[in-house]
Amino acid sequence: MSRIRPIFERLARERRKALIPFVTAGDPSPAHTVPLMHALAEAGADVIELGVPFSDPMADGPVIQRASERALKQHVGLDAVLGFVAEFRKRDDRTAVVLMGYANPIEAMGVEAFARRAQGAGVDGVLVVDYPPEECAAFAELMHAHGMDLIFLLAPTSTAARVADVTRLASGYIYYVSLTGVTGAATLDVADVGAKLAAIRARTSLPLGVGFGIRDAASATAIAAVADAVVIGSKIIQEMEAAGPADAVERASRFVSGIRKALDERAPAERAPA
Amino acid sequence: MQMYDLPDSRGHFGRYGGVFVAETLIHALDELKREYERYRDDAEFRAEFEYELEHFVGRPSPIYHAKRWSELLGGAQVYFKREDLNHTGAHKVNNTIGQALLARRMRKPRVIAETGAGQHGVATATVAARYGMQCVVYMGSEDVKRQAQNVYRMKLLGATVVPVESGSKTLKDALNEAMRDWVTNVHDTFYIIGTVAGPHPYPMMVRDFQSVIGKECIEQMPRMCGRQPDMVIACVGGGSNAMGIFYPYLPHDSVRLVGVEAGGEGVATGKHAASLTAGVPGVLHGNRTYLLQDDDGQIVETHSISAGLDYPGVGPEHAWLKDSGRAEYVTIDDAEALQAFHDCCHYEGIIPALESSHALAYAAKIAPGLAKDTILLVNLSGRGDKDMHTVAEKSGIKF
Repeated sequence: MSRIRPIFERLARERRKALIPFVTAGDPSPAHTVPLMHALAEAGADVIELGVPFSDPMADGPVIQRASERALKQHVGLDAVLGFVAEFRKRDDRTAVVLMGYANPIEAMGVEAFARRAQGAGVDGVLVVDYPPEECAAFAELMHAHGMDLIFLLAPTSTAARVADVTRLASGYIYYVSLTGVTGAATLDVADVGAKLAAIRARTSLPLGVGFGIRDAASATAIAAVADAVVIGSKIIQEMEAAGPADAVERASRFVSGIRKALDERAPAERAPA
Repeated sequence: MQMYDLPDSRGHFGRYGGVFVAETLIHALDELKREYERYRDDAEFRAEFEYELEHFVGRPSPIYHAKRWSELLGGAQVYFKREDLNHTGAHKVNNTIGQALLARRMRKPRVIAETGAGQHGVATATVAARYGMQCVVYMGSEDVKRQAQNVYRMKLLGATVVPVESGSKTLKDALNEAMRDWVTNVHDTFYIIGTVAGPHPYPMMVRDFQSVIGKECIEQMPRMCGRQPDMVIACVGGGSNAMGIFYPYLPHDSVRLVGVEAGGEGVATGKHAASLTAGVPGVLHGNRTYLLQDDDGQIVETHSISAGLDYPGVGPEHAWLKDSGRAEYVTIDDAEALQAFHDCCHYEGIIPALESSHALAYAAKIAPGLAKDTILLVNLSGRGDKDMHTVAEKSGIKF
């Protein structure tokens, strides 16, 4: 069964917030991925979102697209990604792993083969960026039947009706993208995010993660005051790009532990534990 | 044939089409769908669209009997639907006018577009100038280099051309970038997609605007030659000119519909853009359709002498028409298209676009084996002025 729910339940009891780093599998090289995942877990990640490289990452900004291109040049696709997860599971049975990517590689593998293999590798959840709820009811059922969560996005522009559509199929957590733009975009309005999350909470008891636009300890703690989980993607990849391949893992780990520390030091959660 | 009422309310043509986009785009697409449904059959909207087609584009475009070429081929009679005579030189403008009129009604002062060879970009920049809208065109940086004239043309028309440096630096990357712009600026921006692909309602909407081509043919052919053609032939990249001429003919069971894909250096070489012929169904750019992809589900690079056909996907309605058998899809390779290009110049005094030359080449290929009273109607979707460079280079000439 998926590790995601128990993780959020434990964190709620501890009045702590989940930290969810995103990295693209195979970036900067295939050899980096498993050590990077372990380093992120040791730095305090509760869930690792592992990006599945795709040739046409329509919803991602230039930073994640670059990471995807580097991975694809080294022939890292869905097959290799499942291999990384299985390898990671040999030493880590605690940290949840969510695959984040696009529909086509999954459909090319075959949805049933994918579900079977992902479960076997130890994947806990899947976020398919271009599968909105109306196109993936059967896929959601398949994920659930294989003990995995299907994670969905909600956006500032999502209407109440959309929230209802998403919560009908979602499990694990819901990923609220705090900006209408693509990943790695610029500004963040915490009050606005808070109001929107409150409206979503009225319709679901699932934990809410927030991503897009979180770049440092200050923005992470601000978001953690209103969300259950903080997702950080583009900024980690930028840190690794700046460090270069030799120091990428160490730099990512240092960055994530800084965020972890800030999250754990902040004032106790405003929300009572679930 | 039974009544054809596709797509369904969520944009499905059988198993194809749909809305496969991130949640961030859903709101924009819902708004577009609502507004398009509101104006689709609105009398005033239709009247303005038709007025613009007549007075700005120069419609109806004529049908032309290619007598000399037909005689030389010695079989079927070949007719052209002259979309090359449209203002801006191709069918693309039919659609950009429709979408720009919709954008105005939605009070979006800014339009954006993606373009490969630059034809759709020029058609978008043209209508943006005509209606006083701000216009940004995304174009792969490789294409910007290859199509310098069209880039300049767009700039003359007041558009900003943004070179896209990501991915393969071609059409599909320009499309990704335009989507990103739209997600970020949807409050004041209308995204004019140039073909019958993308998420619903685009495939339906672009088809509707382009179907003026086929509607005219249905009126013109009986006047011209006493009956409807035996076969309608059109090139297919994304597939908008083909959908435009096929759609009104769908209920005419006796009319065969043939889409011609770009065979590039030959389908067997892997260097082509024949998604329907050699692709498998998958999800890209917001819809499910036939795609050229590798075993890992990554979209592969395509090859064609004609930039306008150089796309790894195809409109979902074509995917449906292929599976249902109502339309057939064949390929013509670069060399065959180039030969048809030259023949059309020599025998008919018409310089066709390299895209359209694929359709011409197929007509020329089958005409000799057909009876003399067989009628082939080819959609001559654009003129070839833009292809001078490419063709000259193939002949070893540098300007």
